[in-house]
Amino acid sequence: MDIKTLTIDSVRGGLATKQYSARELATAALRHAETENPATNAYLHFSAERAEQSAARVDEKLARGEDPGPLAGVPIGVKDVILVQGERNTCGSKMLEKYVAPYDATAIQRIEAAGGVIIGKLNCDEFAMGSSNENSAFGPVRNPVDLSRVPGGSSGGSAAAVAQGTAVVSLGSDTGGSIRQPASFCGVVGVTPTYGRVSRYGLVAFASSLDHIGPFARNVSDAARLLQVMAGRDPMDATSAFAPVPDYVAAMDGKVKGMKIGLPKEYFNGLSSETGDLVRRGVSQLESLGCEVQEVSMPNTEYAIAAYYVICTAEASSNLARYDGVRYTSRAANPTSLNDMYRATRGEGFGDECKRRIMLGTYVLSAGYYDAYYKKAQQVRALIARDFANAFQQVDALIAPVSPFPAFKLGEKLADPVQMYLSDIYTITGSLAGVPCMSVPCGKTSEGLPVGMQILTNHFEEASMFRLAGAFEQASVGQ
Amino acid sequence: MRITEERVRYVADLAQLRLTGEEITRMARELDETLGHIEKLNELDTTGVEPMTQVLFAAGETATLREDVEGSTLSNETALANAPNAGAGFFKVPLVIER
Repeated sequence: MDIKTLTIDSVRGGLATKQYSARELATAALRHAETENPATNAYLHFSAERAEQSAARVDEKLARGEDPGPLAGVPIGVKDVILVQGERNTCGSKMLEKYVAPYDATAIQRIEAAGGVIIGKLNCDEFAMGSSNENSAFGPVRNPVDLSRVPGGSSGGSAAAVAQGTAVVSLGSDTGGSIRQPASFCGVVGVTPTYGRVSRYGLVAFASSLDHIGPFARNVSDAARLLQVMAGRDPMDATSAFAPVPDYVAAMDGKVKGMKIGLPKEYFNGLSSETGDLVRRGVSQLESLGCEVQEVSMPNTEYAIAAYYVICTAEASSNLARYDGVRYTSRAANPTSLNDMYRATRGEGFGDECKRRIMLGTYVLSAGYYDAYYKKAQQVRALIARDFANAFQQVDALIAPVSPFPAFKLGEKLADPVQMYLSDIYTITGSLAGVPCMSVPCGKTSEGLPVGMQILTNHFEEASMFRLAGAFEQASVGQ
Repeated sequence: MRITEERVRYVADLAQLRLTGEEITRMARELDETLGHIEKLNELDTTGVEPMTQVLFAAGETATLREDVEGSTLSNETALANAPNAGAGFFKVPLVIER
């Protein structure tokens, strides 16, 4: 077997024809990942014992002639913000360097019940705050396509592992683009489902009204299969949705003729780079498959970043208040009082970007500023959601770029936080509206750097998003 | 400057966050620049727009309520396992009330 090119389907085949057992695969996948990992620093730690146990359960089921589940034996990496019981969960932060998860996230329970084999936890920007994975307390991740470049962020490890071939699929989290942007930078598929489609129980909170768990994969159908297993109502997350979960893979029937595609003019105006050319070429491909393309307008797009950085920092400042030296492993030495303990622990434990966001969030929520910033941003969020609602009355799906540029060099944008924030422009709008969106590879620049094309559909319309992405992928492979 | 170093110190106090002198200087500059961008929101007239606090989905009014049934919870031992300092089944913190 070639571990680097395995898919969920090929693993099923390999197990069925007894080319390998789930345990043999888990051992080989772990050995491969451990050997390859130093090049990228994608994994922070491995869960060998847990993987062995999950794989053994799959082998036992196979031996008894039972269905081992849709993810049987598949080696999976998990972003280190999603709890896997008994494994460390650092969130890429010094604050949680020693934190061990006391329970499983719902997504993890469902994946393992479906036969998935979790082999390790993946590096990310601290508390999922960043667009380059350079904000990890445990060192940056390098892009396997070009090791001098960033993999994107914040789910940089999740994208890099799938691109590098050290995981078949992986889990990431997305608050303002943290799945789609690294997927685009690393040339893999990354999906942010509808807000509430996947339970957030066991996902360490960053900005609760914006946080999503979603899959990374090397092809569209693997991403669809992984989402299928995780999606659906969970009583442990009051914001998880009741909507029925359709069969995503069955929806990938290639029937995209007549689908109406909207191009938001605000996203393409001024996008003249190679990135723009590749996305436009992707749109032409969809047209040649019979999709009907039209321009749409989403007039409030230019206000999205400002609204997002008010809302996400406000929520983060509140969510990160819990790291105070009492419950979560870290405490500053020799505190002179309770307040001194809080302040010293937080001052020592958080990195620059976390501090920046806690400060901005605390500022916009402070007395006298709430209406001017937080309430205003929530009103603008409503206007942006309205832009989407209007667009989806005219079209079935929207196509947009993911990032204004491909993967940049390590260190290139670190010095300017505002510039880094501005690069999230194309992904933040979908996050604010809570609609499903994904990045699917649409080609490479002259330097060989991958570029992703973003597909967005209306709430709970993941099936049509996958139909379109699947047809596009097929057409691209055929070229 | 919207943000002075004095303002940064006030907000850091609210956030229970100790910053170094160098961090306070840098934070004043960076917050000021970020807030400058955020001012853009004021270009939009949002009179009468209902703030969007959450992404909502269709469901009955009481759909998210569950039956009041006993379930499992973390044991005391598990809940304390990550504590930097614990004893006798409790989290331990520095003295709060002087005797």
